[in-house]
Amino acid sequence: MAKVFIYPATSLILSDLVARFGHKPLGAALGIRERIQTAGVDSPPLQITPEEPKRGLKYAAVEVPSGVRGRMAIYGPLLEEAEAAIIVTDADLAFGCMGCARTDELILFSLRQSGIPILELKYPTNEEEGVQFVAAVKKFLAGLENGGEA
Amino acid sequence: MMAEYSPEYVGTVTRYVFVESPSMTPGELALRAYEASEGVLIKETCFGLQVTGDPESVDRLIEEIRTFDPSHIFVKDRGFPPGDPRRCRANLGGARPGYLGHEREFRILRYITRGLEELDRRGEEAEVPEEPAPPVREKKPKLDIKRLQELIETEES
Repeated sequence: MAKVFIYPATSLILSDLVARFGHKPLGAALGIRERIQTAGVDSPPLQITPEEPKRGLKYAAVEVPSGVRGRMAIYGPLLEEAEAAIIVTDADLAFGCMGCARTDELILFSLRQSGIPILELKYPTNEEEGVQFVAAVKKFLAGLENGGEA
Repeated sequence: MMAEYSPEYVGTVTRYVFVESPSMTPGELALRAYEASEGVLIKETCFGLQVTGDPESVDRLIEEIRTFDPSHIFVKDRGFPPGDPRRCRANLGGARPGYLGHEREFRILRYITRGLEELDRRGEEAEVPEEPAPPVREKKPKLDIKRLQELIETEES
């Protein structure tokens, strides 16, 4: 079972396909869950405390806005853990404020720099593309070193 | 001064189960899931379920739920437990944060279902005839200078 980072990190489709074919999807929910279930200072809604931008310094320079560093405190450990990644390049649902947008850019940059196997796709717009999408994901996951059920 | 935070549901996992099926409604899915739940907390939603419990029990239940309608049931992790006041729309009003993303992908699920069924049908011969789509990094067309001028003028007027 390989750990596969998914982008968009909240994607239902990617999360499901990765798990369905026997691997572990790494998405935003895992990082959020870790914070939600850790006791500390109350900082709703996502339990992002002033500590997070400090942790984010590992992934972004000090002059990078704290919004990006705070988000990178969630995604950075997942990126380090990832053994492969699947990226949907036309994910219009992954929009957000400038902090989200810049974090997304940094995530994609970090993934491409990391040298792990990456599959880049577009969302299907018809049934034929749907078949190709699923087939491409299945083939990619089957080709990963840590096996899986694909 | 900042308040202390004591988390609930520590050590559990929560997963969303989405059903997009012509033969099964979220209500039916919930009934069948309750039968197999064995202590896992199940919350029925308009699109399917949320299941919460210790990781092993949730994995077992999800495995069983998937067998009800394999190509029409989709599962993903959730960070928050069900009914969390920071996310629940009963407290916030309007759509729950994250719902719009689900809604966007929900429309594509039928193509994914088609893909899963087609690959099942092909079975072991499900070799992808064509290579997976090569990396697509399209450059967005640059903003035309005349268009920019128009935008500025529109903004000013």
